Amino acid sequence: MNKVVKDAYEAIRDIGDNATIMVGGFGLCGIPENLLIALSESRVRGLTCISNNAGVDGFGLGKLLNTRQVRKMISSYVGENKEFERQLMAGELEVELIPQGTLAERCRAGGAGIPAFFVPAGYGTEVAEGKEVREFNGKMHLLETALTADFALIKAWKGDTKGNLIFRATANNFNQAMGMAGRITIAEVEELVPAGSLDPNCIHLPGIFVQRIFQGSNYEKKIEFRTVRST
Amino acid sequence: MALDKNGIAKRIAKELKDGYYVNLGIGIPTLVANYIPSGMEVILQSENGLLGIGPFPPDDEVDADLINAGKQTVTAVTGASFFDSSLSFAMIRGGHVNLTLLGAFEVSEKGDIASWKVPEKLVKGMGGAMDLVASAKRIIVAMQHTNKEGESKLLRQCTLPLTGVGCVKRIVTDLAVVDVTENGFKLVERAPGISVEEIIKATEAPLLVEGDIPEMDLS
Repeated sequence: MNKVVKDAYEAIRDIGDNATIMVGGFGLCGIPENLLIALSESRVRGLTCISNNAGVDGFGLGKLLNTRQVRKMISSYVGENKEFERQLMAGELEVELIPQGTLAERCRAGGAGIPAFFVPAGYGTEVAEGKEVREFNGKMHLLETALTADFALIKAWKGDTKGNLIFRATANNFNQAMGMAGRITIAEVEELVPAGSLDPNCIHLPGIFVQRIFQGSNYEKKIEFRTVRST
Repeated sequence: MALDKNGIAKRIAKELKDGYYVNLGIGIPTLVANYIPSGMEVILQSENGLLGIGPFPPDDEVDADLINAGKQTVTAVTGASFFDSSLSFAMIRGGHVNLTLLGAFEVSEKGDIASWKVPEKLVKGMGGAMDLVASAKRIIVAMQHTNKEGESKLLRQCTLPLTGVGCVKRIVTDLAVVDVTENGFKLVERAPGISVEEIIKATEAPLLVEGDIPEMDLS
């Protein structure tokens, strides 16, 4: 078993046009920077991207929007990106907005073999259009279906050669659930270590979910809103 | 006088109880963290995977991996925990969060809330707001009583796309504290110096007024 690849370019070699990809991260926190750069430099077109957000202008998923490689975004919140808004208003980009918790659970369900489930979020709103409604315990719920992807692109803090991953602070966010839901899950990590170096008690995402792993480089870790207190 | 944002936050802080797990939305709700009464332990949940939000970091401790739902850099308090998004919303959907505070464009007398979309003007998405309003045990809305055009945001029916139906229990505005009851909006408190008449005038929907309406305690 060899899951380790050299770099992001090797990792994405077989992502083709019109693929569906999941991209981990919340805002710019915990995004797979190396994979997104490699993808933006590739000639892949027509991507459907499942990601909580759409990056910012020129960074993260914003790179793929600038290069017009994205056909459809499936997200919960897409503010902070002018090019995104422009493409959306001009009808150049298809967007499906999903409540954040439902999005996370649809990814988790996709990886967990649960084809559909009921949640209360979105009942009585436009999110409910076309969905089966059922009452449980006196409360209305919507039937939501699982999401999977051809490729899940995720980022972790530490990973080992067997693909076991540990996330750090709030950089986990969607990476864990999306990592479960990719038919091929590619993980980039800040620190790649030999199997046996990580405490098995502390693994967030077990290696069974991860098909490819590599050590990322040159992390920018951009901050959207740098807020500090005076000391 | 109408309250400023900090005044609204100060009044909302009175709704907190020791031991509460609270989710604070973006905007005025975020300010509530500054007015948690001393000696009271309230644990703040952030939907992006943090239980135990601390204050903003000092400049030399900013950590790009540690942000709140508004994507601002924060710290984690002693005893905090980190987790993934699906577990975060399991906390929310499972009813484990005691109180949700959020902003809104409009609230109806039935407790419907509109907070995420202005057609043809603003489509940023609902983020976690729909999950929160559908599942929180208690939902309090913090907002201005009227919009920039001076129109009431407390309506018989919302005009904008909804975030959730029949979920808001209490609204704290710059003018008043209003509860959503089976019979519609009920005036609970006035901002200092604001008359009942002024509040009725700023409220499009009918407002139940029973007896003397006290001023808010902002001490």
